[in-house]
Amino acid sequence: MHKIVRTSLAGLLSSTIITGAAIAAGTHPETGEALADDQTFIYRILDEHSSVDPQVVEDVSGAEIVRDLFEGLMNQDEDGNLVPGVATEYSVNDTKDVYTFTLRDNAKWSNGDPVTAGDFVFAWKRAVDPELSSPYAWFMELMSIENAAEIIAGEKSVDDLGVKAIDDHTLEVTLSTPLPYFPQMTTHSTTFPAPQKVIEEFGDAWTKPENIVSNGAYVLTEHLPQERSVRERNEMYWDNDNTIIEKVVALVINDENVALTRYLAGELDRTEVPAGQFPRLQQEHPDEAISFPRLCNYYYTFNVSDSGPEAFKDPNVRQALSLAVDRAIITEKVMAGGQPQAYTFAPAATANFTVPDVEMASMSQAERDELAKELLAGAGYGPDNPLSFEMVYNTSEAHKKVAVALSQMWKQKLGVNAELANMEWKVFLEERGNQNFELARGAWCGDYNEASTFLDLLQSDSGYNDGKYNNARVDELLAEAKTSDDPAPLYTEVERIIAQETPVIPIYHYAGVYMMDSDVGNWPVNNVEQNWYSKNLYKVAE
Amino acid sequence: MLAYSLRRLLIAIPTILLLIVACFFLMHVAPGGPFTSERPLPPQVLANIEARYGLDQPLWKQLWDYLYNIVVHFDFGPSFKFKDRDVNDIIAQGFPISLTYGSLSFLVATAVGVSLGIAAAIKHNSWIDYFAVGLGIAAQALPNFIMGPILILTFTLWLGWLPGGGWNGGQWQYLVMPVIALATSYMGSIARITRSSMLEVLNSNFIRTARAKGLPTRTVIWRHALKPTLLPVVSYLGPVFVYVLTGSVFVDIYFSTGGLGQAYVGSALSRDYAVLLGVTILYGALTVVVNLLTDLAYAWFDPKIRY
Repeated sequence: MHKIVRTSLAGLLSSTIITGAAIAAGTHPETGEALADDQTFIYRILDEHSSVDPQVVEDVSGAEIVRDLFEGLMNQDEDGNLVPGVATEYSVNDTKDVYTFTLRDNAKWSNGDPVTAGDFVFAWKRAVDPELSSPYAWFMELMSIENAAEIIAGEKSVDDLGVKAIDDHTLEVTLSTPLPYFPQMTTHSTTFPAPQKVIEEFGDAWTKPENIVSNGAYVLTEHLPQERSVRERNEMYWDNDNTIIEKVVALVINDENVALTRYLAGELDRTEVPAGQFPRLQQEHPDEAISFPRLCNYYYTFNVSDSGPEAFKDPNVRQALSLAVDRAIITEKVMAGGQPQAYTFAPAATANFTVPDVEMASMSQAERDELAKELLAGAGYGPDNPLSFEMVYNTSEAHKKVAVALSQMWKQKLGVNAELANMEWKVFLEERGNQNFELARGAWCGDYNEASTFLDLLQSDSGYNDGKYNNARVDELLAEAKTSDDPAPLYTEVERIIAQETPVIPIYHYAGVYMMDSDVGNWPVNNVEQNWYSKNLYKVAE
Repeated sequence: MLAYSLRRLLIAIPTILLLIVACFFLMHVAPGGPFTSERPLPPQVLANIEARYGLDQPLWKQLWDYLYNIVVHFDFGPSFKFKDRDVNDIIAQGFPISLTYGSLSFLVATAVGVSLGIAAAIKHNSWIDYFAVGLGIAAQALPNFIMGPILILTFTLWLGWLPGGGWNGGQWQYLVMPVIALATSYMGSIARITRSSMLEVLNSNFIRTARAKGLPTRTVIWRHALKPTLLPVVSYLGPVFVYVLTGSVFVDIYFSTGGLGQAYVGSALSRDYAVLLGVTILYGALTVVVNLLTDLAYAWFDPKIRY
């Protein structure tokens, strides 16, 4: 067996053990900052979370809560690197299809029971069980766990899942195909352990604050749906001595402007900045308005399927439209939140991804406009025969602003008539998914920090490929990347092809744009997935 | 009157049934379903979920099962979006909140609106009248989605007197702004209706008679003019009572009260079928009951009406 032990693990563990005692003294063990007496972190969430059941949760705000309540095999640090969670180390066999995780012996559930390999086996089987019908069952399939797909399809029993507890502290996972980034995927909430006894005792009601038992740094103590949920320090957590934040409160505030007002009134420690307001807030509150890159993209996709317009089957037309989009205006004038301009589909912030030298990125906007005119004229469109199409987006103020800006750019520079249409979210998804569109807005946030989470959208048979872009070479490269030790050059190649053929118009990559109280310490701005853990935060004395 | 009430309640059953059927089919006609998402689920995963919730059954069967569970188990089904809760939970949690601030808003709107209207009518064409009419029109022009942000800016950000949102078990500090926001525009309408109705009544023959026989103004107003004045007001108040409970979505959004209005609209947008139907039935039943109470109140206000 070929053994991997993360070098950072040992260092991290020893440093936390030495410094554990310093917290009581009211200073941060590592930075020496004076800590505030009240260690309560209050933040805004847009909408009520879907669930706090790790195998059931499907939304971002729910996953944030679940990451505090439960702990999986691996966690992420402030930079998104893998650090130990319940597992202290893992090893992989030579054929890279059997992973063995060693679990720490001091991990406990909030009722004092030890966390065992069996808890993971139970949880993972639960995730693929058709009876639970988890909306994230596909994630286990994506992890290539042996027989996951067959169990979901009802062809095999859950007991055939390729996961086994060798003993209480050793978990063995068998994969159907080797997957180099498998350990990274164990930071996802679907893979977190679940307390079998509690679930069997309370059934669906096990996640209620009075019933729930969890193994993370926090326990759920209060939940008032559509209003707030409160989680407090879990005294049984193995690393409880190093937890500084005592209490975390998530407030549901649907309207982002109201949330901002309440933030400014001092009721919140963190809220999102509404589109376009960042420059003003940054001027007025330079310590609090922050922006950092995130693992999401914003794009428009052409319908290149048979139901799409004839014009979009010509790559030159598609490229002309992409060239004429002045990304700087969108990012600096419309969104104005520090979003990076996008010339590739995957964000530059993606791990192990080298952004290719796309020709368009190095041109000036004037040069792009010039080329766009040439390409469009070459394709037979001009003043006598103007290109017309409909562009759809889901109803939202910010999307509307971007769509208006795009259509104006095309109108003024190329004489193109783009008609805007907005649709309610579910209608929009249905129409886009059925190729009932010509040009449609899209956005994607990475499920994990690897370029394939984005580029797979352009694979010809991907269920997410709403534009039905089809390129055999792209498919081949993406398939190869799945098992390659160094997929980076393959992804770069895919991006080059995309830049050439332009099945999508990348507009910008997301930024996390927040108002964050300046006394909140250690917010992981460098974690592009924004997988944050309250146990790593602290509040300094003002 | 008892027989009349019973008859009305019996008619309510087919009415609500019709409401359920119409709502059920409209809901299914709307494009997209509860599990349509930006990450379309793999067909097998979707099939498992649909089988769990019975969505793989033919529509008539789904409707039948739904009605059966309500009648036999009083179970309004699961929420597709909030997986930890079912419809009974959601209503049990949200409705008391909506009911609390809704009823308070209703009381405030009625008390202030009627008083303003009466004062304006009695002192017709005086500064009180102009003030009351001005205030009424201004209030009417301020729907709750305008009042919400104005109140939060004023009382939370600038003055710092009141919390900007939340419910906190219905503590008074948390109630003030939602109640004002919701009551304002109804108060304006009630004031205007009361004023014009009162003016009409004050010019009618029986009031002239009462005055002619030398009754003091106070007695004329309170004993003779008030009841007939309130008749059109009451017919307006019935629907208003239902509106303040159902139309509270903006209050829920701006003040994060956790009421049912937000859950209702949210369920329509996310195609959370059972929640949408459950709340529709609740509101439907409420409308039927309130309409009945309004009709019964007519009899008290107007002796000419008999059931």
